[in-house]
Amino acid sequence: MKHTARKMLTFVMALTLLVSLCSVFALADDGAFKVGGTGPLTGGAAIYGNAAMNGAQIAVDEINAEGGIQFELKYEDDSHDAEKAVNAYNALKDWGMQISLGSVTSAPANATSAENFADHIFALTPSASAPTVIDGKDNVFQMCFLDYPTQGGASAQYISSMGLAEKVGIIWKNDEDYSTGLRNSFVDKAAELDLEIVAESTFAAGNDTDFTVQLTEMQNAGADLVFLPMYYQPASLILSQAAAMGYEPKWFGVDGMDGILTMEGFDPALAEGVMLLTPFNADSDDPATVAFVEKYQQLYDEIPNQFAADAYDCIYAYKQALEAAEATPDMTAEELNDLMIEQFTTMTFDGLTGTGMTWDETGAVSKGAHGCVIENGAYVGLD
Amino acid sequence: MTFLNYVLSGISLGSIYAIIALGYTMVYGIAKMLNFAHGDVIMVGAYICFFAVARYSLPPLVGVLAAMAVCTVLGILVERLAYKPLRTAPSLAVLITAIGVSYFLQNGAQLLWTPNPKVFASVVGTGRLALFGGQLTVSYVTITTIVSCIVIMIALTWFTGNTKMGKAMRACSEDKAAAQLMGINVNSTISVTFAIGSALAAVAGVLLCSAYPTLVPTTGSMPGIKAFTAAVFGGIGSIPGAFLGGLLLGVIEIFAKAYISTQLSDAVVFAVLIVVLLVKPAGLLGKQVREKV
Amino acid sequence: MKSRSLNRNARKNFLTYGLVIAAYAVLQTITVTGSISSSLKGMLVPICAYVVMAVSLNLTVGVLGELSLGHAGFMSVGAFTGVTAAMALQNAVPYPALRLLIGMVVGSIFAAIAGVLIGIPVLRLKGDYLAIVTLAFGEIIKSIVNNLYVGVDEHGLQLSLLTNKLALAEGGKIIINGPMGITTIEKLSTFTAGFLLVMLTLFIVFNLVNSRSGRAIMAIRDNRIAAESVGVNVVKYRLMAFVTSAALAGAAGTLFAMNYSTIIANKFDFNTSILVLVFVVLGGLGNMLGSIIAAAALTVLPEMLRSLQDYRMLIYAIILILVMIVTNNPLLRGYIDRLFGNLRRKKAPVQAQEGGDGHA
Repeated sequence: MKHTARKMLTFVMALTLLVSLCSVFALADDGAFKVGGTGPLTGGAAIYGNAAMNGAQIAVDEINAEGGIQFELKYEDDSHDAEKAVNAYNALKDWGMQISLGSVTSAPANATSAENFADHIFALTPSASAPTVIDGKDNVFQMCFLDYPTQGGASAQYISSMGLAEKVGIIWKNDEDYSTGLRNSFVDKAAELDLEIVAESTFAAGNDTDFTVQLTEMQNAGADLVFLPMYYQPASLILSQAAAMGYEPKWFGVDGMDGILTMEGFDPALAEGVMLLTPFNADSDDPATVAFVEKYQQLYDEIPNQFAADAYDCIYAYKQALEAAEATPDMTAEELNDLMIEQFTTMTFDGLTGTGMTWDETGAVSKGAHGCVIENGAYVGLD
Repeated sequence: MTFLNYVLSGISLGSIYAIIALGYTMVYGIAKMLNFAHGDVIMVGAYICFFAVARYSLPPLVGVLAAMAVCTVLGILVERLAYKPLRTAPSLAVLITAIGVSYFLQNGAQLLWTPNPKVFASVVGTGRLALFGGQLTVSYVTITTIVSCIVIMIALTWFTGNTKMGKAMRACSEDKAAAQLMGINVNSTISVTFAIGSALAAVAGVLLCSAYPTLVPTTGSMPGIKAFTAAVFGGIGSIPGAFLGGLLLGVIEIFAKAYISTQLSDAVVFAVLIVVLLVKPAGLLGKQVREKV
Repeated sequence: MKSRSLNRNARKNFLTYGLVIAAYAVLQTITVTGSISSSLKGMLVPICAYVVMAVSLNLTVGVLGELSLGHAGFMSVGAFTGVTAAMALQNAVPYPALRLLIGMVVGSIFAAIAGVLIGIPVLRLKGDYLAIVTLAFGEIIKSIVNNLYVGVDEHGLQLSLLTNKLALAEGGKIIINGPMGITTIEKLSTFTAGFLLVMLTLFIVFNLVNSRSGRAIMAIRDNRIAAESVGVNVVKYRLMAFVTSAALAGAAGTLFAMNYSTIIANKFDFNTSILVLVFVVLGGLGNMLGSIIAAAALTVLPEMLRSLQDYRMLIYAIILILVMIVTNNPLLRGYIDRLFGNLRRKKAPVQAQEGGDGHA
């Protein structure tokens, strides 16, 4: 029985951990609302989860310091995976979560929002933008705007009405719902507006390094504007490879592009003239944004992206809603759930990522998207 | 010209795969283990070079040397601490340990260097040569990559064929017990193999990030898997095989994107691999070992 | 000697069944009494799915002796076909449990078909070459499902590849939506269903291993040429083990997918295949009870490490490395055996010819 030792060991290991876990449960602090969220704190998407967590933490610290309403924030890692997100959500439930920040990214949020709905725990996700996250769930709300109907279409509308391009090319990531959704709504709207799409090309996780073929296709099709519905990491590769090829179309990005200028080592000249729609820009001179960016830089040594700003807004939106509803921390999650649904569908909120935000019954937010162009390494508003 | 451009970028991508695959195949040939942590050593090499150049403003060449030095030490350490205690264990146990090391390096890098992407400045600049009146452009990175790959392949072939250490490696690869009886220090031979493999990984990391300049803690994992595929494709354990496998894989990948479908390019690459292995079950240049009864 | 070893096998199998039943009884009791944590409760079904994955992969790796790096590919096939079947039948079959069962059957049939398709060419190869082809297969499945669109309306199922070209009639719904996967899964999986699947898997695997076919499979693992020379049909038996393993993984995939409201193709990637392989190697090749314990322990472990926050996955990696070294290093093993091994001193040391080292 050569496996005995091995088996024993596994067993002992599991038991020790089981015991150690039982002693870890934190004691409840009665005076604070327990807010929980899941996000990718490790793995390839970790930057988004950590940004959201940090942004929310800053808001919580500010609010707690004021001495009024108190929050206790806990983020659990979901590694951008639905299975782990549900585990993380359950861990938060065990912790005593009363209101939730849902999940940071869309695929895990699809899974956790179903749990939120089943458990009657209210969720306001900072950044999970897929329509399926809120679809059919009365207690799941979004802080970011819905990608597909709003942003992709708005981009096409913008390009068409500004007469930015005759021939449009699209490069999208075909194994990611964010990118695919934006592309679909862009294409639909473009067809409506008679905007000519001359080339489309895709990439996927695992072959997202070399873009020669995609760029050559754009170039050969004569695209004078290329729409990039994707996050900034692949976008930065596309920009640098296009520059290396000597291909210089107009570039049009989406909110996920925000962050490109703050990448360490990125040459802002590559992003010169890139246009994007974004609800938040870190270079704004709005005093609240300036204060937030300063604080974030001080604490985390980097410039916050829109995930951080969205999460920051979520906490303040909660503060406003909880105060308006005169909620107290001893209420159950279910009681808070009903109060929050009532508040969020009726209130108007001003935050870093927009002013005069309102939510409809589906949970979608309505706020303006600003067209921006990158000039000399900074965002400049387009009108 | 488009076709030639594709060929060039295929060769460029393939050369990077080939350098990684050379490291894989060396370690496999001698230690008979699939070192799944190899891709993550690449990532570490790229980070070291990045910090040397971007933070400490050292010249790129020093950055590359620093990366090679750190990776060599890392390779030897990993071998001593994680693989050596398992010298007599079943190869699957070593495989799982290598996966553990891979997780360790990725998560360690994330803690040390944050998950935020860094943009790597090419060590040879971003210039390019224009040929045929500008219809065909070749970047310096591409040229450097291809040249380095060929130089490394020739050097390794010479090293294993002509030096004492190289011969010791080949002996260990054939039969460890017999090599030991002939007075070869098997442990130090394996350590040297890991050192060389890891130094190559550092070079691959620098070249990978020079050509495709974003750097995150998971940068090495997919190229690692692709290079592993390339090594098997060419016949694992064979140095020219790894070279050929890497180049072909790169070219096939680019061609699949260009002429079949960008959406299904990975499926096409792997399907070609399967077909090749069915025709040549030991890879392109692998030795078909006859089974003794 | 032979009958003794058979007895020992039978005893061990009964012990395995017994432990699984006991674990189920305990967990079910604390679930019913409500004293279970949400965290553990949420992991029960995935644990069952991973146990089935591990046991079925152990059939390929431990019993057949071939390294497979694409087991998650079969899980994916099972998950997507099984869920599609269950969702398409939503109106036709009113009983959720029956829909789940149909889903699992459909999932395992499709996974078995995939197993045959990939098995016929793959099993001509050996060792690492076989491993890389299974890896390639897993990646191909992932790539295809990411570009697959499936919808259902009153005319039946509709398929489309690459872009969404489905023209669904009024009232139709899309099931698989390319990279977004399936987003509106009914959560049909229950712990009891998972438990039953584990028991069925064990029953199938034990019966196969202890049958004439099973002995033929192990003979092929230990010495293919010798087995061939005494007239064992190598292709048939290798395919038998491989396809059984694939079919079980397919059922596990359906079980897993129907525990969540959403599933995407990228979930079943190389990393998931590796994860399952880790369970198998840690539990011991050919040792089904070991696979079960390892799958359960390693699924729970990262959750238990949550209090370590940022260091969680780092510690997980260190534990993994240490466990592999401790259980496989001859010096340390000898030490542990001395600690625990007094009662086993009499046992024959090389019994079953180091059954675990099939792939050395």
